[in-house]
Amino acid sequence: MTDTMTSSSGGPGRLVLEAGRADAQYWRDLWHYRELFAILAWRDISVRYKQTVIGVAWAVIRPFLTMIVFTVIFGRVAQLPSDGEAPYAVMVFAGMLPWFLFSTILSESSNSLVTNSALVGKVYFPRLVIPSAAAVVSLVDFMISFTLMVLTMLWFWFLPDWRVLLLPVFVLLAMAAALGPALLLSALNVKYRDFRYIIPFIVQFGLYVSPVGFSSVNVPEGWRFLYGLNPMVGVIDGFRWCLLGGEAALNWSSFALSLGVIAFFLWYGIRVFRRTEKTFADLI
Amino acid sequence: MSDVVIRAEGLGKKYVIGHESTERYTALRDVLAQQGRRLLRSARDMAAGRALIAGEEREEFWALKDVNFEIKRGEVVGIIGRNGAGKSTLLKVLSRITEPSEGRVIIEGRVASLLEVGTGFHPELTGRENIYLNGAILGMTRAEIRRKFDEIVDFAGVEKFLDTPVKRYSSGMYVRLAFSVAAHLEPEILVVDEVLAVGDAEFQKKCLGKMQDVAGHGRTVLFVSHNMAAVQNLCSRAYFFQKGRKYAEGNTIDVIKQYLSTDCSELVTAGYISDKPRKGKQDLYFHRVLFNKTSGSSSESNPPVTGAPCEISLKLKGDPEVRGSARMGITFKDAFGNPLFLLANEASTPSILRVEDGSCVVCRIEKFPLTQGKYSISLFLEVDGVIQDWIEDGLSVEVEAGSFFGTSKNCPSGWEGKAVLVENSWKSTLQERNYHAS
Repeated sequence: MTDTMTSSSGGPGRLVLEAGRADAQYWRDLWHYRELFAILAWRDISVRYKQTVIGVAWAVIRPFLTMIVFTVIFGRVAQLPSDGEAPYAVMVFAGMLPWFLFSTILSESSNSLVTNSALVGKVYFPRLVIPSAAAVVSLVDFMISFTLMVLTMLWFWFLPDWRVLLLPVFVLLAMAAALGPALLLSALNVKYRDFRYIIPFIVQFGLYVSPVGFSSVNVPEGWRFLYGLNPMVGVIDGFRWCLLGGEAALNWSSFALSLGVIAFFLWYGIRVFRRTEKTFADLI
Repeated sequence: MSDVVIRAEGLGKKYVIGHESTERYTALRDVLAQQGRRLLRSARDMAAGRALIAGEEREEFWALKDVNFEIKRGEVVGIIGRNGAGKSTLLKVLSRITEPSEGRVIIEGRVASLLEVGTGFHPELTGRENIYLNGAILGMTRAEIRRKFDEIVDFAGVEKFLDTPVKRYSSGMYVRLAFSVAAHLEPEILVVDEVLAVGDAEFQKKCLGKMQDVAGHGRTVLFVSHNMAAVQNLCSRAYFFQKGRKYAEGNTIDVIKQYLSTDCSELVTAGYISDKPRKGKQDLYFHRVLFNKTSGSSSESNPPVTGAPCEISLKLKGDPEVRGSARMGITFKDAFGNPLFLLANEASTPSILRVEDGSCVVCRIEKFPLTQGKYSISLFLEVDGVIQDWIEDGLSVEVEAGSFFGTSKNCPSGWEGKAVLVENSWKSTLQERNYHAS
């Protein structure tokens, strides 16, 4: 299919299929398939909560229990300081929101091509649609956890200031941070199925090297550069900066470094994905 | 603008396939060495960004090679050929699912491809939801689906079950709904693969009608099918593919004739069939098939004769370890591939049929019921519930003329090669009364 049925480009397009030909129409095609993107995302969301007992509750229980464990271990046992005056639980929660968003996108998107192999083998559409639609699904879980966060903040009567308005920007940043590696892994997963075993490892490992259970203020100055290479450092610090009001200071140099890493992975992920996309149907 | 909507120039598609070496490893050392080599190679492949291919040896395989053609606006072109001739690969290239390895295709206009009905159907979703989902996957917009929604539901005849998850649908309803969505696509170029092989006869007829409508509206249609009758009905022109190349093209009837004569050229005479394309586990497989085998060491096949007894001998080969009770079947098909009758031991012979490597199974027909002509046959073998060998295409047999009814005629002229004969007699009451009166 060269186009969706309502081609806004006007007139029938000429399409040349050739080996290794760069597709100039790709991004326009992607735009034409936005409805497919929406409908795939909607499908995944509605299927997700069908025939499940715990369903939505799972999205509540997981962050809630993790928050309690982290608050007890890092806050009470290890006696690590929080960001300023913010209660430790709220600080942990503000870090956990983007982390769970990141990790669910990473695991869902990376496997999305393989789970949708029937589509890939039988119909043409820009393949980027599949992992991106899977990423959107993670937003639903995020919204549920976010509601829980709001309740926690109300419980402690800890209210954010105007900076909370910038939160959507950081949500997008978290998605971008996840999508880059997810695209890379999903493309590799089509070729080499072992990559699906790597993902849980990355997620587990990442939880410890990212400031989820602790605050970035604990990181010694000498380690800042290495620490900032983790793209989630910038995202989580950004979340805390938005939600904890003036209590959390954003380390701008480390934030810029994270931004750079995110941009690099996004570019590299899309590049690898685009390069290998045409062979997906032969390999899957 | 020229009237050519699809032009292929030197089109080729290459796949790389791997073979396991057949050597059996007994020593642990050998197994380790082999695994090591494999790991090393995989690592090398990954570093070079190549796909991993199982097996020791690699072979390039051209599914399509040097294909050239032009299709004009409004033409309905049939593509025929045996399994593995490259038809499906061609459709995949045309519908952009996979890219060609060489050559190019120029397409003017919007293409919709239908390689399967119900692509992306989700069992948990309702009929209504699946219509939107499947429509979007096939490239329709939401507005377009909404506009045609009633028509789609009506065509499929599933009004009552619109809000039931499709996993509760009968397979017939499922297919009807799936095809109905596809049938309402309105592209300029439609590419269809073998989708009519599903559904009951009535629905198939409805689909053919719908496709004829599509073709009638000046749209270009590419139609792949094994159903020669459908190709003949729908298409004005046809291409015959063989071994990845376009072997013949032209007027549909001429091409079908050529296809049938080529297809039937490999008659069962010496009866060795090891090279035929087949499915199944292959621990035990058909080695030879012989009709009316002559006794003696140099067994040969003698063509079956209409009305005479016929014995079909099936020689099996394979792993000496594999033995068990068999379910076997021989299907006779006419030149168009329509099945005429089936011989199955399960139905006709209650006693257990035990088979193993070297077995020769004989199926006897007391009075061979086919008229003179060429027929194709397919063979099926299942041992202890495992499908071992299944040859669907590529075997054919020539039946010689004989008398079935003991009369001078077997069938009206023109029915040779397509009729199954059954014992019968006719009389009229008028005749009887006259007879008694006299």
